[in-house]
Amino acid sequence: MIPPSLKIAGAVVFALVLLAGVPLVLNATGRFDLYYTLTLISLLAIASAGVWITFYIGRINIGQAAYALIGGYASAILVTGYGWSFWLTIPAAGLVAAAVAVVIGLPILRLRGVYFAMVTLVSTEVARLTALALPITNGAKGMVSLPLPGPIAIGPLTIVPDFSTLDNPRVAFYLLSVIVMLLAFAGVYRLVHSRIGRLFVALQQNEELASSMGVNIAGLRIIAYAISSFLGGITGAIFSAVSQSVYPSSFTTADSINFMLNCFLGGLGYVFGPLVGTFVLRFGWELLFQMAQFQLLIYAAVLIALMLVLPNGILSLIDLRGRKAAR
Amino acid sequence: MAGTILEVDHLTKRYGGLIAVNDVSFELREREILSVIGPNGAGKSTLFKLIASFVKPTTGKVTFNGEVISGRAPHLVARKGVVRTFQEATIFKGLTVRDNVIAAHQLRARASLWGFYLGSATARADEAEFGRSADEILGFLGLSELRDEQASALPQGHLRALGIAIGLATNPKVLLLDEPFAGMNHDETMHAVELVRGVRDRGVTVMLVEHDMPAVMRISDRIVVLNFGQKIAEGTPAEIQKDDKVIEAYLGVEDEAIGL
Repeated sequence: MIPPSLKIAGAVVFALVLLAGVPLVLNATGRFDLYYTLTLISLLAIASAGVWITFYIGRINIGQAAYALIGGYASAILVTGYGWSFWLTIPAAGLVAAAVAVVIGLPILRLRGVYFAMVTLVSTEVARLTALALPITNGAKGMVSLPLPGPIAIGPLTIVPDFSTLDNPRVAFYLLSVIVMLLAFAGVYRLVHSRIGRLFVALQQNEELASSMGVNIAGLRIIAYAISSFLGGITGAIFSAVSQSVYPSSFTTADSINFMLNCFLGGLGYVFGPLVGTFVLRFGWELLFQMAQFQLLIYAAVLIALMLVLPNGILSLIDLRGRKAAR
Repeated sequence: MAGTILEVDHLTKRYGGLIAVNDVSFELREREILSVIGPNGAGKSTLFKLIASFVKPTTGKVTFNGEVISGRAPHLVARKGVVRTFQEATIFKGLTVRDNVIAAHQLRARASLWGFYLGSATARADEAEFGRSADEILGFLGLSELRDEQASALPQGHLRALGIAIGLATNPKVLLLDEPFAGMNHDETMHAVELVRGVRDRGVTVMLVEHDMPAVMRISDRIVVLNFGQKIAEGTPAEIQKDDKVIEAYLGVEDEAIGL
């Protein structure tokens, strides 16, 4: 067992590397393009963490992109139509996505295995078609020219400056995404290590038994799905601000599948699995860019190899090493 | 005579054309051990599911302390104090033995989920209490040394004991045991019989479905016999062993099977 003080120290170092170390290196090397990549990875990791929670209660969720899309539109509509501050729309978009998840989840969470997976797979397409059809989402033209986030100020004290006054809003978006990601993973970590996490495992392993000992399984499933979708929603909200637009095709079924793959690849048994998975998948893809027409081929081959060698995810390497050391 | 704690009242369950349980009535008295026996397909398991409210009856009702419980959600029935265990080894394989029992303390939780998330004082008191109680139950069932083992690694006999531990953790008033002695050898069965007696001595009323006739005859205060979904006899082990209808129902294997 790792002592708690070491865990906290590790978390602090990790946060410092992301918030100070990475910008230092990128500014020194002039690789400003990487800010966008890393922003994207942080955001996608948040949505993947949501998918991971549904895996944790034993449900295969291939519909997270629907909630990211809902969150993106919720934020864009609140900012342009109702004059909300972008900052307030982050939690609001999460709550809208969670509310939709409760309504949809009530009937579909009764399904298990491949049946639940199939329904969620369809939901992304439903979200896309709905965005195309509704007048408030502006159809296929999407919502464009969204304003950059404004300032956060308490009285005369400005905590976050207006993004449009910054020389390089990319850095600010990077920091925003990383901070939200760190908060999201801290929240999920606490969830898994609280009694709720134990009950989630109970659900995952045997819903009938959990029910027989008095656990409200329907309620708990909804809570897990709502948290998952909340994370999808805030991902969408921040993404719409980063790209200053949101279209019906901003998040597609392919994204839903990627969120799921991120969890698989990182490791379903590890809270930080989706983070590692997202980083490796996304960064690996970008690194292979120079391979031109062989990009997809090599990428797919590496993925298959990884799943064969490490079926429990990349993070299972830690356990392998630990087991060898124990011998 | 002790009072009635649970009453099964003209219970019928139909699956399409098949009548799994047909107009069965009997009562469970406080702090007794009642066994339900019958040949394969007699409707014992369905009866169990009906009482724990995992399936809804077609007609009839189950009352617990005068309150109708049939047709309600299983977790609400468990909250009232009617808790079932499962056939085979139904446990949470991915958790340790101790965590299985701790998880099963859900009904005793006073803190809300938010409380558990944020680590409120009530939640921490709950956690401490669950830990103590789990250790006590594991000690009672002779599982203390295995408490940190992964549940999936346990042998059959211990798994059954863990199933009972999970049931006890809910603090039940009525515990329904589904074939607690199945797949056990003689010694294991005798040990398990003692455990079930011990459970009753803790003030829990026990109802069990079982095929192992010697064990049933040994442990039961009373027995209810089902055949083709109908109750054909009810009485003490001595009465059941002499009952003509029971002997007829078990014809072919009955003499040895019911311990004659």
